[in-house]
Amino acid sequence: MVYQLNINGTVREVDAPENMPLLWVLRQELDLVGTKFGCGAGLCGACTVHVDGKARRSCQMPVGSVGAQKITTIEQIGATEIGAKLQEAWLQVDVMQCGYCQAGQIMSATALLNAAPKPTVAQIHQAMAGNICRCACYNRIAEAIQIAAGMPQETQDAA
Amino acid sequence: MRRDVMRPGMDRRTLLKASLLAGGGLMLEATIPFKADAAVSGTAGAGDARLSAFVAIAPDNRVTIVAKNPEIGQGIKTMLPMLVAEELDADWSKVVITQADADAALYGEQFAGGSLSTPMNWMPMRQTGAAARAMLIQAAAKKWGVEPGRLRTEKSRIIDPQTKRELTYGQVASDAAKLTPPDPKRLTLKSPEKYTIIGRPTVGVDSHRIVKGEPIYGLDTRLPGMLYAAYETAPAFGGRLKNADVEATKAAPGVRHVIPITGDGDYDAGLADGVAIVASNWWLANQARSKLKLDWDLSAGRGHSSDAYQAKAEAFLDGADKGADIRRDGNPSAKMASAAKKVAARYSYPFIAHAPMEPQNCTALFKDGAIEIWAPAQAPQDGKTAVAKMLGLPEEKVTVHITRMGGGFGRRLMNDYMIQAAAIAKRLPGTPIQLIWSREDDTKRDYYRPGGWHAFEAGLNAEGKLIAFQDHFVTFGDGKNVTRGGDLGAHHLPAGLVDDLALTRSMIPTVVNTGWLRAPSSNALSFAFQSFLDEVAEAGGTDLPALMLTLLGERRVILPPGQRPTPFDTGRARDVIEKVVAMSGWQNRQKQEGRGLGFAFYFSHSGYFAEVVDASVTKPSKIQVHKVWVAGDVGSQIINPMGAENQVRGGVIDGIAQAIAGQAIEFVDGAVQQSNFHNFPLARMPVTPEIEIAWVRSDNPPTGLGEPALPPVIPAVANAIYAATGQRVRSLPVKLASA
Repeated sequence: MVYQLNINGTVREVDAPENMPLLWVLRQELDLVGTKFGCGAGLCGACTVHVDGKARRSCQMPVGSVGAQKITTIEQIGATEIGAKLQEAWLQVDVMQCGYCQAGQIMSATALLNAAPKPTVAQIHQAMAGNICRCACYNRIAEAIQIAAGMPQETQDAA
Repeated sequence: MRRDVMRPGMDRRTLLKASLLAGGGLMLEATIPFKADAAVSGTAGAGDARLSAFVAIAPDNRVTIVAKNPEIGQGIKTMLPMLVAEELDADWSKVVITQADADAALYGEQFAGGSLSTPMNWMPMRQTGAAARAMLIQAAAKKWGVEPGRLRTEKSRIIDPQTKRELTYGQVASDAAKLTPPDPKRLTLKSPEKYTIIGRPTVGVDSHRIVKGEPIYGLDTRLPGMLYAAYETAPAFGGRLKNADVEATKAAPGVRHVIPITGDGDYDAGLADGVAIVASNWWLANQARSKLKLDWDLSAGRGHSSDAYQAKAEAFLDGADKGADIRRDGNPSAKMASAAKKVAARYSYPFIAHAPMEPQNCTALFKDGAIEIWAPAQAPQDGKTAVAKMLGLPEEKVTVHITRMGGGFGRRLMNDYMIQAAAIAKRLPGTPIQLIWSREDDTKRDYYRPGGWHAFEAGLNAEGKLIAFQDHFVTFGDGKNVTRGGDLGAHHLPAGLVDDLALTRSMIPTVVNTGWLRAPSSNALSFAFQSFLDEVAEAGGTDLPALMLTLLGERRVILPPGQRPTPFDTGRARDVIEKVVAMSGWQNRQKQEGRGLGFAFYFSHSGYFAEVVDASVTKPSKIQVHKVWVAGDVGSQIINPMGAENQVRGGVIDGIAQAIAGQAIEFVDGAVQQSNFHNFPLARMPVTPEIEIAWVRSDNPPTGLGEPALPPVIPAVANAIYAATGQRVRSLPVKLASA
């Protein structure tokens, strides 16, 4: 099937079976490899993209179900105000170790701040619980979200 | 007093080679031979080894430093260049870092394992920077006709304080390339108070690319005309392919090639039998696996089940034969018989998986009798050798590019996926092939941390002093050799601290592949030993930190019996224990229903770590870790505090997950029962505690941080659960009797 997909503000044409997950369309048909493969089962959040502004697991979304919805990926999230602030905060505290999951983390965090500009710690934990970081950079992910939201955070610098 | 594990430094055997860069400028290469000590997580053997460092300075003043070791998230790609740049006095903001290919002839040792990159590179990297700086100064001095001694350097510039003249490094780099490199012995290194790069929190060199989703991981490799491969292997360890009907698979959408491959029969670290499905999109290749009709011989795995292993272990522990001696000091049985009080308990822990976020993958192109590989590999040189051997090629016909890795944790010390990718690419000359494992493949084909069982016995005298200690350890192995990652060293504490002690070992044969998981052996032994010693402390009327301090005794260095990687300094151990006790308010802890503090100390990978966990247990058996205090001594200098703290936090949370998240890999007839993150759970944000870290600095060269913060947190969690509930945790993962 040939689909016209609205991705990062551009219409891209792709010929793929309707049940191919959006993740594999992005990565291997459209060359957008920023969205990561982690589990293929909606369990880890590495493949998180925005579909009409909401965080969705692209490994669980058949390309045939996308229709005219607007897809935003990590490659374009910096063009949004909140996305750019989060990327900056991520660098300020240098969240990452291996970094592989961070695209998905930033996409989930952006969706969170879009919905709740000043989230509580409990809201942050809840919104981010679906994104696994195997290196466990969780303290800094939470810290970066608070920085981007303009909230005071407790620093955890070593003595 | 300065002591060291393995501190290669420049001496007269060191070769410094200066050459002119293409296009002008200085290229300095340092080759540093050293005696490799044993135990590099098994990747590098003992004997003579070599390190190389490369720095280049172009006429436009750009400083390029080659990052030679694989980056798995431990921060080495940032940290090693920081060492060179510090002594070079380079402008860090303008330093360009390039990732080296795997090339033993050029770079010497290149691996990520054993927390060894820091101790191995601390001296030579700084000396390389200092040598380059000395040559640039000399070239400037010649140009100005002044004494080199009066010149100083700052941010890639040479300054003559008397004339206020300045030259950039780039302006003299070509002249410097014509000079004879200095005698390494005459180089003086900076004293730490002069550091401007070392010790400063430094953002990772790839971080700005990561937050934008730029392609830097193995899985992001793309080549023109590339096809994607899935590789179906036996459903159980030891399986051999008898017959393959692949017709239906060939007809599946997108599938271009279906290739049954007979392996070398060595399922462990060799090429496994399997069927490669090659398609235009990996998802199509993976979908087509369900259409394969394969007949496997699974006889080798029969009986290799978790229940059977458990029964065998119990039979060993119940039996009269306590296994072979690992170590026997004094007369423990006689001492035990004379003890006023005895404590006995059995501990066990399961097989667990590495589960790095980036599933195993490798890209390979076989063309004109040579193969080019793009691999996320922690030991890429081993992979290169293995691929050359499998394909019958000389090693110079195998090129291995090291990509950044989405986690390693020791999994990528094994190169099975590289060998598979090469085997597939060899059969499709001229076509780049990217092999990708599904998460299920990754979970089921790991080299697991092996499970183990311990029957401990401790004897105390009338004053409560520990006078005899015995451990009968049941691990896996062929009876002669212990399986990878399943050993107990003769030096393991309290060995060396109790006069009458026996460590003995029995082995269960296994077909399961085992390997090194972050802090190998230590991640399991810490739990068993430090939890049991918590019981011993209680029986002796004291607590674990006090027992440890008594056992450690006066400050001294205990040398290993026979071959052991590191001497153990009881003074450094005492200092971290005392520090964590003070910072956590341990002495003032209150008895509280459902909440408690647990302590543990562990020494591994040259790092001394004492940790206290504050955990609560609420009905029905929900465990929450609220806070962890960490006191660690990894020497005189934290090179990059930003990376160092991340390693400690990550290690602590990783250990908490091993203890309480429910991680266990189980087998039925050699087949792994877990498949994905729903039944092999990892830590998620809500489990994250507050983590307070204190560095206890000692006058020792810096050592690595990828591993040593992890082991103590597991027993500290177990001991905190005991403090909270009165229930001892004697097996992992923690399963509490519902309250």
